[in-house]
Amino acid sequence: MKIAVIGAGIVGSLIARKFTRYKVDVEIFEKLPDVGWGVTKANSGILHAGYDDEPNTLRAKYCSRGNEMYTALSEELNFEIKRTGSLVVAFNDEETKIVEELLKRGKTNGVKELRILSKFEALEIEPNLSREVVSALYSPNAGVIAPWEVAQAAVENALNNGAKLHLSTEVKSISKEGEKYKLNTSKGFFSFDAVVNAAGLWADELAESAGVKVTPIHPRRGQYILLDQPNAVRTVIFPTPSRAGKGILVLPTVHNTTLLGPTSEDLPPNEKEATDTTAEYLAKIVEKAKKLVPLVNLSKTIRTFAGLRPENDIKDFVIKRENNMIHIVATRSPGLTAAPAIAEDIVEEIVEKFDLQKRDNFNPVRKAIPKIADMGDEEKEKLISQNPSYGRVICRCNKVTEGEIVEAIKNGARTLDGIKFRTAAMFGRCQGSFCTVKIMNIMKRELGKDFEDITKNLPNSNVVDGVVR
Amino acid sequence: MKKLEYDVVILGGGAAGMGAVRGALSQKVSVLLIEREASTGGVLNQCIHNGFGVQVFKRELTGPEYHEMYLEKLEGFDAMYETTVLDIDSENGILKAISTDGVYEIKYGALVLATGARERPFEALRIPGSRPSGIFTAGLAQHFVNLENHLPGRKAVIIGSGDIGLIMARRLTLEGVEIEGVYEIMPYQGGLTRNVVQCLKDFNIPLYLSTSVVRVHGRERLKGITVAKFANGKPVDGTERFINCDTLIASVGLISENDLVEKNIEISSDGGAVVDDLMRTNVDNIFAAGNNICIHDLVDFVTVEGEMAGRNAARVAKNEKMAKRIGIFKKGKGIRIISVHYTTASDPFKMYVRVDHPMNVCTLRMNDTNLKTVLNAKPSEMIELTFDPSKHNLKGNLVLSATEVKR
Repeated sequence: MKIAVIGAGIVGSLIARKFTRYKVDVEIFEKLPDVGWGVTKANSGILHAGYDDEPNTLRAKYCSRGNEMYTALSEELNFEIKRTGSLVVAFNDEETKIVEELLKRGKTNGVKELRILSKFEALEIEPNLSREVVSALYSPNAGVIAPWEVAQAAVENALNNGAKLHLSTEVKSISKEGEKYKLNTSKGFFSFDAVVNAAGLWADELAESAGVKVTPIHPRRGQYILLDQPNAVRTVIFPTPSRAGKGILVLPTVHNTTLLGPTSEDLPPNEKEATDTTAEYLAKIVEKAKKLVPLVNLSKTIRTFAGLRPENDIKDFVIKRENNMIHIVATRSPGLTAAPAIAEDIVEEIVEKFDLQKRDNFNPVRKAIPKIADMGDEEKEKLISQNPSYGRVICRCNKVTEGEIVEAIKNGARTLDGIKFRTAAMFGRCQGSFCTVKIMNIMKRELGKDFEDITKNLPNSNVVDGVVR
Repeated sequence: MKKLEYDVVILGGGAAGMGAVRGALSQKVSVLLIEREASTGGVLNQCIHNGFGVQVFKRELTGPEYHEMYLEKLEGFDAMYETTVLDIDSENGILKAISTDGVYEIKYGALVLATGARERPFEALRIPGSRPSGIFTAGLAQHFVNLENHLPGRKAVIIGSGDIGLIMARRLTLEGVEIEGVYEIMPYQGGLTRNVVQCLKDFNIPLYLSTSVVRVHGRERLKGITVAKFANGKPVDGTERFINCDTLIASVGLISENDLVEKNIEISSDGGAVVDDLMRTNVDNIFAAGNNICIHDLVDFVTVEGEMAGRNAARVAKNEKMAKRIGIFKKGKGIRIISVHYTTASDPFKMYVRVDHPMNVCTLRMNDTNLKTVLNAKPSEMIELTFDPSKHNLKGNLVLSATEVKR
């Protein structure tokens, strides 16, 4: 029995990992050179509580369950969750009414521990919040993660348990061949008994190629500004939502920076790579963020970025089954939160259908790269005595050591961004101006690559171009 | 954990730190230098152009020459290389550092911060568009070319006319890289006039003032940028122009590196460590010198400050009685940067200031007293002032101002 999982984003990677518990061959196909680099890489990274989703939607079904599942998942896969809590802030009576609606909806959805805060309670929880606040909906269960880290962890764990990963391999179409499915990829044809399509922004087109009609996806762009302002806020702060969406937020990250965004720009269906930022929307982010938290300091900008979320006209996830194919389409917000719950259901469905048996030797634990910056003195001393390269700081902004970078390479990093998104080196305020050369020298040594062959992320994103003489 | 104790500990082995080593050694105390890199010299090592040492050595040297010649003056100190300080406990005079040998706890009598500066990265400017490879700070490009022997690209634009950007325009031209132009958002240059002349004019590289990048293009490697004219800090509609290039080099300012000590000492609104004329911070046994107090034009100034910081740190470590702060300098009209924020009533000293806009003839005043008249004052060129505390009333604020003399 062979199963293909298409897409190594948060959904695909969690599904693939879950399959490796069973006696089945799992192969993951990812178009990009690394895992978690599509929709998963550039979103707000929030574990939503689940009050926002209309009852009887798949969003409502999966969001709060997914949120709860993250705790156990983070213990097995060793990624960081900050349970920061979230606030939906009302600035007038009209907004207070909407916030009260959200409380009701949250209760219907089974969200626990939701409550409305007075102005003073809100300011106590979030001292830097605008003094204009009238009331706020507080959810202690909301949190933040680095979404790509979850995808990396799940894939690492899946590979340890026997899965196979095809990076830089685009699945162009799926076709039926007798009882089997044939994947036509950029690296040739592959044949499988079952297929899970978790191809993110391209899941609709891929389903279409297999003759399955689904509601089409269009990209919704979200631009962000990342600030080197640690502890500016403690919780994820939302404005009161409008028809346009959840609005522009101010939130803390797991890297102790502050994130502003996202915008919500609906783009035409064919603009699935349109991740440019724009002057107009960056200005809008600043304006809206300052309204929530007046002390956000733009002179502390680390960088801006944009990501695309898969949106559709029905504003809900679409999970479409046809024979032994499952297409997971438009996992728009709160898709990240919902992902573990979706993965559980999809895998169980196929397990039952094929009567798959559990493997005896499944190891659910993935070890994280040790982080010197987070350790106490004794722990540091011990690790450095075992492996001195953990005493050599390479990234001075985030205090990332050579040992961590070597470990990231062992875990599959092959590009500068691969290292950046595994270690947080080059993620800080200097954006790699001090450590890029050092990291390239480590890559050169560990991978036997010339400087010319080292890329930032995509195939033609070389860093240098030839030698001086 | 290994424990060490020194009279004077110096953080950073660049020009300021080496100066501090020399200053401290002159007072016969025990000295430890802690440096992140594998050797002393800091950024001097990659500055292979000349222009260093005119004041200290009375001759023009390259960066590596300046480093080597200065290092020869230093004898009898301990140094830890590839060592990173992670925390400073200024109340107890203890810092923690790590290296491949493990964790160190180091007790100091006095500490000198000589941590220099970092470059403002292009990403911090929030320029719209894409995020491809091919974007470098000038210092990173310089590192690739001068220390790693690699070219950043084939056709480059330089954003910002800071000194390192100007130096790199010449350096890359000499190595066969086409420099399309240097773009400066302000109506005046950011670097020294001598660099504009020697690095741009001599090589026919155009400098576009009041012009900067408004959009980045290219998904993988940089494919080009759009530039536009700027007025009052905003792009002017209709002035956009696309430039085909594979490399963007940003020389858009240096930021004093004080992240480690933000919680320990007073930091100015410009990000520099606030010091008095003894180079002492608000913590009696912590001193600072060089680019972490403010960004300097000349390494020679940095060396002199470092020597003073090291000497005074050693005196504190020996429990000598030091003069108290009396006067407070304030930035008045026309002044952007001052290197020293407080004065004691001790000897005359040198301080450095920058004006906030170009002036043909400018008078520098301390309250109502004229200090100096400067021709062709520019923000890019530091003005050296000698201040004699005995000649001023030190009570109240000492407001330093620069006014244009109308002819």
